[in-house]
Amino acid sequence: MSDRREWPLYEVFVRGKRGLNHVHVGSLHAPDDDMAIRHARDVYTRRNEGVSIWVVRSADITASSPDEKDPLFAPSGDKVYRHPTFYDIPDNVPHM
Amino acid sequence: MSHSTPDPNAAAGNVYDGLLEHHDVAGDDSQWAFGTDFEDPLAGVDTTVPDDVDAHELATYCLMLGDDALVLSQRISEWCSNAPDLEEDIALANIALDLLGQARLLLARAAAADPSVVPTLPEGSPVPAEDALAFFRDAGQFRNLRITEVPNGDFAHVVVRTLLFATVRLSLFTRLAESRDPVLAAIAAKGVKELTYHRDYAGRWFLTLAQGTDESRRRLTAALAELWPLFGEPLSTHPVEAGVAAAGVGVDPAAVADEVDVVLEQVFAVSGVDRPGAAPLAGVQGRTGRDGLHTEALSRMLAEMQVVARAHPMGKW
Repeated sequence: MSDRREWPLYEVFVRGKRGLNHVHVGSLHAPDDDMAIRHARDVYTRRNEGVSIWVVRSADITASSPDEKDPLFAPSGDKVYRHPTFYDIPDNVPHM
Repeated sequence: MSHSTPDPNAAAGNVYDGLLEHHDVAGDDSQWAFGTDFEDPLAGVDTTVPDDVDAHELATYCLMLGDDALVLSQRISEWCSNAPDLEEDIALANIALDLLGQARLLLARAAAADPSVVPTLPEGSPVPAEDALAFFRDAGQFRNLRITEVPNGDFAHVVVRTLLFATVRLSLFTRLAESRDPVLAAIAAKGVKELTYHRDYAGRWFLTLAQGTDESRRRLTAALAELWPLFGEPLSTHPVEAGVAAAGVGVDPAAVADEVDVVLEQVFAVSGVDRPGAAPLAGVQGRTGRDGLHTEALSRMLAEMQVVARAHPMGKW
């Protein structure tokens, strides 16, 4: 019992029935990739939430740093012309 | 587990908005990101017993399959909060709940086929027939296999028991989905998907424990040796099973023995585990779990499972 190494952490992404894309729903521990899928199924889709699951080891994700928030994201804050709000979008164009 | 917390003040909203707002289908329940559509497995199914089928025999057969699921569900439920990891805790609880769902449908079918199998409760009791069967019968009236009732051991024990049980039941239910009883066929069709997952889950853990550490392998082979003598019963034919199989409403377990053997042989081979040689545990004067003959562990388990329901026969739950 001395060896209590933790299983690696995985991030879980689920595509809901009505969703177009996979959405991050949380994280879990699993011994390997295949078991991570099964754990994700058991932990995150038990209320009929999903039709597809992605898992990825948390260690394999490269994230932006909060320190970089301003240089990365502030410059787009005043570029109103980048939003397609100056056009009339026909009603039959979905997912805009 | 950690959940990302969306910032409600974020001007651009959060990733869930896409699910909540933009994918509406007119006039449905799309405010719920994941839908609310739950399926009734018996929707549209004709519930009358086919004319030429012996109703009491059908009811007894449903009790056998239902009691297997009920008793093993209770045993696996005992793992709640005791599994090695939170993730396994939830996985086992899901399996227990799947089996409980199967038990409920099967016990309800037994009661509908032959109401005389249902214990008598006080006049005006609101307890439904399937609950009366689950909570107001004694051990001697249960028809489950003994492999479902023996007490839990370690995690390897629940892995081996789930693998053996799910492998047989999946083969049975795959055939039972063609039953001449439309209700049994619908219950089996639903169960096949659940049992496929149970077998897959347990099979993966069987391999993992076999190929893990010396200690995990020792525990796995010990659990297999302990449960193997109880594995003759699930593959032998009880007269009731022979009767319903001949009538085209049930499945003779002996008919799936070869298929079960092939599956288990694959799991053993890939795991590098020898097939146990122990002889099957005999019945007592030919009687086994299917006849209501059980180990004493079942009475103790039922006492705990039934005590609250029995204290309140007029209770509404």
